[in-house]
Amino acid sequence: MEFRKQKPIYLQIADRLMEQILQGEPAEDDRMPSVRDVAVSMGVNPNTVMRTFEQLQNEEIIYNRRGVGYFVSPDAKKKILAEQRREFLEEELPLIKQRMQVLGIDFNLLNN
Amino acid sequence: MIEIRNLNFSYKKTPVFSNINLSFPQGSIYGLLGENGVGKTTLLKLICGLLRPTEGTCSVDGLTSQDRLPEMLQRIVFLPDEVSLPDGRTPQQYIDELAPFYPGYAWGTFLHLMEEFEVDPNRKFKEMSFGQQKKSLIAAALSLGTDYVLFDEPTNGLDIPSKAQFRQILSRRFEERNTIIISTHQVKDVENLIDPIVILNNNAVLLDASVQRIQEKLFFEYGGEQRQDALYSEMQPGGYLNVIPNTTGEESQINIEALFNAVLRNKNVFRELFK
Repeated sequence: MEFRKQKPIYLQIADRLMEQILQGEPAEDDRMPSVRDVAVSMGVNPNTVMRTFEQLQNEEIIYNRRGVGYFVSPDAKKKILAEQRREFLEEELPLIKQRMQVLGIDFNLLNN
Repeated sequence: MIEIRNLNFSYKKTPVFSNINLSFPQGSIYGLLGENGVGKTTLLKLICGLLRPTEGTCSVDGLTSQDRLPEMLQRIVFLPDEVSLPDGRTPQQYIDELAPFYPGYAWGTFLHLMEEFEVDPNRKFKEMSFGQQKKSLIAAALSLGTDYVLFDEPTNGLDIPSKAQFRQILSRRFEERNTIIISTHQVKDVENLIDPIVILNNNAVLLDASVQRIQEKLFFEYGGEQRQDALYSEMQPGGYLNVIPNTTGEESQINIEALFNAVLRNKNVFRELFK
């Protein structure tokens, strides 16, 4: 797969896994694919994917059952959407607004 | 663990390493980078005991490399960039000869890897392309079950699909007990595989840091204007790529080629930054 520039890979992999969770594959309370399987499918270092899983665990999007593996948290979708809304409002929207100003596009266009 | 202590090495009067210290603990895939002639291959040969240090030591799990004890040799495999192959033989015959020296050898793994690389283990080496020979040797090296694997330019000669296969095979085979060292110029081939990154230059180690540490210390800005305070900047189709000290704590994707150029141009800055 081709990685988007800018964000470190471990966060790019996190984005991709969160996208899959939002699509319900894996569903909430389902088991996550293994670190190894994710690493192999993308041809990346398993330690990098481990870092992704630790990040998702810190954000309580997945949880670890000792000796069994990682599972999707019961409210994972809600958490992912909340984070994505925040990211959109604080990071993406200001850029869009700025761009619209530069191009002379009326902000009211969005109401239609 | 591979340990290099106060190592000096010279080819006749030409010094290659002067007093370098490096350790490669298990559980990582190291990328060994450096310009032509800085001694990457020499370092790999010193680690596996094919060369003797002028001064200092190299050891593998505490066993001095240059002693070449069987206990040490069976823990490590080195795949050179250029190998003189037994032309009239097949990969199967080749591995059958090597295997008795390696207690961890797994017959099934060899056949499996050959199948994955789509190379017939019973075809003679001389009837193969360079890439097929290389794939056979990679399969052999990874099936010997050694904790330590040293690769010199492993993707050299591999076609495009084989490079992706190589990455997948390595991420599948790599375990906590392994130390894999990949010496290469083809950084794009292994960009998302190597961590930590070790850069050699002028008889010394210029950088030895994990990807996470590099991300803490440096910021890679893509697609902007050229920055005056950049340690390195390069024009790319979408704008400038700037390597700058990380002052905000935000993490970015490392571009290894830009990192390499930044290190070579700012040796003292990096020494200070990664102290």
